[in-house]
Amino acid sequence: MSTPVAVQPVPRGGLGRLVGRRLVDWLPAAVVLVLTLGGWQAAIALFGIQNFLLPKPTSIAQTFWSDRGELLRAGWFTFQEALGGFAIGSGLAILSALVLARWRGVGRALMPYAIAANAIPIIAFAPITNAWFSPLTKTSKIAIAAVLCFFPVLVNTLRGLTSVRPSSLELMRSYAAGQVEIFRRVRIPTALPYLFTGLKVASVLSMIAAIVGEYFGGSFDALGVLIRSRAQTFAFTDAWAGILVACMFGIGFYVAIGLLERVALRWMPSAEE
Amino acid sequence: MTVVSLRGISKTFGDGGTTALQEIELEIETAEFVSLIGPSGCGKSTLLRIMGDLTEPSAGNVIVNAKPARQARIDRDYGIVFQDAVLFDWRTVAKNIALPLELSGWDRRRRSERIKEMVRLVELSGFEDHHPWQLSGGMQQRVAIARALAFDPSLLLMDEPFGALDEMTRERLNLELLEIWRRSGSTIVFVTHSIAEAVFLSTRVVVMSPRPGRISDLIEVDLPQPRTALTREQPRFFELVTQVREALHLGSELEGGAPAPRGSEASV
Repeated sequence: MSTPVAVQPVPRGGLGRLVGRRLVDWLPAAVVLVLTLGGWQAAIALFGIQNFLLPKPTSIAQTFWSDRGELLRAGWFTFQEALGGFAIGSGLAILSALVLARWRGVGRALMPYAIAANAIPIIAFAPITNAWFSPLTKTSKIAIAAVLCFFPVLVNTLRGLTSVRPSSLELMRSYAAGQVEIFRRVRIPTALPYLFTGLKVASVLSMIAAIVGEYFGGSFDALGVLIRSRAQTFAFTDAWAGILVACMFGIGFYVAIGLLERVALRWMPSAEE
Repeated sequence: MTVVSLRGISKTFGDGGTTALQEIELEIETAEFVSLIGPSGCGKSTLLRIMGDLTEPSAGNVIVNAKPARQARIDRDYGIVFQDAVLFDWRTVAKNIALPLELSGWDRRRRSERIKEMVRLVELSGFEDHHPWQLSGGMQQRVAIARALAFDPSLLLMDEPFGALDEMTRERLNLELLEIWRRSGSTIVFVTHSIAEAVFLSTRVVVMSPRPGRISDLIEVDLPQPRTALTREQPRFFELVTQVREALHLGSELEGGAPAPRGSEASV
């Protein structure tokens, strides 16, 4: 911050700027993808791997394409559960982080438990939330997704809210600013990059939570149920196509949060690299 | 009118630990430019922070604008500039300057008029929409000064504001600061390590000595106003620099230790 830097014009972001990369920057990743899929396909042909062990990428793609209506409907159903859990879990986590950052005594009393709870394999509670909310409802999956999203968002947001430089707080004190002003104008803006780190982790976790929850029983419209039932009836290529759809929704969700982050944190130097 | 009045200020850190300040008595009048100078550990920054009610004195009375320092802080009677500019990276230059105005509840139109005025004052026109990390250290410090002056405080507290800058930038900002001081008519209390800077800027230099921190000398600077780059070449300027330097060394000797080597802490 104190190192003098050359004065540059203010960067103005178009969509390309927003995505932050030019197409050519994606080239190495695209090469890896093509090589992986090609290698996969070739290995199956070369070693005669049986379809139930590992289907060919081309047959997964074919199945996906022919069943796309059903698969995407199921994916959308499960994504709604994930989204609901994400919203509730992250929302509660942000509120909790604000409370814990404001009243540090409460924070000191509760944080050890929050950290310990973070170590619990929460996904193991999926059958239990199914019992609480009936497995056929979306509510049971929303509940497990919410619990799973809660901790990463809480821990990251709290760290952000409390990593304000002391000199910034002193400046606010010189203006006789109250706690509300300090949170609004210093702590929350400082916490935003940390919050987004937590949200990105949570976005992926929410989709995992919803699908695993469905493995323990759920509506026939759900993607997790679809994957499980196809695998049980030896329709492995269908199951793989289901997993592909789960990936698509998970990655899509992650990318959406990433774009939101770029919009919200456009001021950041790293966003302009 | 007396802007700052310090009566019997003492400050100890820890339980009966080091005495940072002992029995400080000081009065600062309207439109004075007072520098606090002394070696590290003489408590000059602590004294400044006590004036701003950012640190509580262990004993004594601080009156700012005829009220207790705490009330003066709540009434936003002073602006402060730290060694580090303390700008918010997520705010543009204009928005950083606007911060105290937002907190004081100024409406948008009044704010933007004021920002324009302040940006012109610190000569940052054209940089309103830049973020702090796009500016040099000197420019960042000018933003901090503009922010401190934005709501027209009667008192400006500056804690080694140019300490981290190179000599050239520092000398230019010294001239700019004097110009701002003349135009705004505010009272300035300025903490520095540099004897030349203290003499060049001030109407009065408060020389402090360490362990325990106390005022060892008050030196009136009678150099004519307005001061220019040529002021630094006048014989009277050198006389005053020598006077301050000797006062600093005398203060260190009073401590009982060996005299500080020339230029060890405070340097020209």
